[in-house]
Amino acid sequence: MDVTMVNAWIRAVAAAVEEHRDQLTQLDAAIGDADHGANMSRGFTAVVATLDDFQPKTVGDVLVKTGSTLMSTVGGASGPLYGAAFRAAGKALTGPTASPDQLVAALHAATAAVTQLGAATPGDKTMLDALAPAVTALEETLFHGADLAAATEAAAKAAQDGAHSTTPLQARKGRASYLGPRSIGHQDPGATSTALIFTALAAVVAAG
Amino acid sequence: MKKLINSPESVLTDALAGIAAVHPELRVDHDRRIIVRADAPRTGKVALVSGGGSGHEPLHGGFVGPGMLDAACPGEVFTSPVPDQVLAAAKAVDGGAGVLFVVKNYTGDVMNFRLAAELAADEGIAVRTVLVDDDVAVQDSTWTAGRRGTGATVFVEKIAGALADRGADLDKVAEMAEKVNAASRSFAVALTACTTPAAGRPGFDLPADEIEIGVGIHGEPGRSRGKLAPARELVGLAMDAILTDQPLDAGDKVIVLVNGLGGTPLIELYVAAAEVAAVLAARGVRIGASLVGNYVTSLDMAGVSITVCRADDEMLDLWAAPVTTPGLRWGN
Repeated sequence: MDVTMVNAWIRAVAAAVEEHRDQLTQLDAAIGDADHGANMSRGFTAVVATLDDFQPKTVGDVLVKTGSTLMSTVGGASGPLYGAAFRAAGKALTGPTASPDQLVAALHAATAAVTQLGAATPGDKTMLDALAPAVTALEETLFHGADLAAATEAAAKAAQDGAHSTTPLQARKGRASYLGPRSIGHQDPGATSTALIFTALAAVVAAG
Repeated sequence: MKKLINSPESVLTDALAGIAAVHPELRVDHDRRIIVRADAPRTGKVALVSGGGSGHEPLHGGFVGPGMLDAACPGEVFTSPVPDQVLAAAKAVDGGAGVLFVVKNYTGDVMNFRLAAELAADEGIAVRTVLVDDDVAVQDSTWTAGRRGTGATVFVEKIAGALADRGADLDKVAEMAEKVNAASRSFAVALTACTTPAAGRPGFDLPADEIEIGVGIHGEPGRSRGKLAPARELVGLAMDAILTDQPLDAGDKVIVLVNGLGGTPLIELYVAAAEVAAVLAARGVRIGASLVGNYVTSLDMAGVSITVCRADDEMLDLWAAPVTTPGLRWGN
């Protein structure tokens, strides 16, 4: 993965967020406060504008810039959480290219940052329910000798399955937790947007 | 959706322009999105900064002024402000005596204010944070994000603001803020859902004869749903929840807030206030001070929240102290 590819990934995420903006908002309306689509859209619109004028030297530069911009524009819980995730991943990638193994390590750092800031564990009905299985799938698929395209495809599938798996869960973190058992039966918006990020990664890697 | 707006995206920007146009005693920084007392920073005075998602007006921008907040950081509708905003507010108001962040206990607010506190510390500003978590509809446990901050925020901002005005230091002001929060309990009932400009439709469907019990201030559904009942029963439900969590004894004094959620006529709030007073009188509890009106709203939601704060004489005295803000104004 090089600077061009990571740039394409973030732009693909921005496009996916725009395309699924209403879906994210409606999922959030059911168990939260109906702003996840608007907030993610505002954040990634700002990210794209920032990257237009940015001259990154490393893969990590792009991700750190993405995280900082999200932190400064999104608000809510998703701003700090996605901000911290992209920044942590970016700080781990200090070269002009990143190997698949380096990408895995960076995503582990992102997961650790989200876990630390949000104090959530898998099963709490949060973005972590998509993030953690995606990173595991990426690592395991690579370990079995597959290439990055197959591995990111597996990660995207795991993230989507993870997002779907939040539907029967009762939320224990964030605003949805106020609903208690009534949060059951709704897919988590944060896990859904995380799945979009991994789906975009797979598409960009597949396109080469 | 029928709303008096120019576009869903520009609601906050346009509302800030309105505040700037009619409140020359406040300074609105449109780029940083903060509302600051025009005479800030006040040298030697502890500054109070609060903020949170918009849609709860007059909270928080309407409580900026002498005797209450020094600055407010409004986020997008129902979205917490970003750390840069909070840092800009802290820098604008710090008069050397430090800054108290008054933060409602929501995951996003807590995270963004925590990041801002770290940034402020890097710049040499002393910051203390008080979390407001008064809503007894949410059980404070490892299974939730903890109680929500609602009506008690008005009590905390007013009483701690008055103490700061009297020259107390940061630790004393923070201690008082924590004391007011610890003494306060709230419960809310919604008759309708609210509609955020971004979503364009009500946050949940509610049949004409049903209500949501134990709602917060962000349009999320409550803990349960029930049938519409006379005000006496609905207030009874809320007061039961409040008094079960914090029993009050004969002779106790309280400050009471009967708060409209944005879409309830004042006359109905007074109907509710009568029921609150009756419940308290039956227990021999004295209302030392009260406030009836729309202070912590949830856009256009119809409904009421009740907040009861068990107050000592110092808290009552600070509550009665002069305040001059767009939303609260007395004693001058």
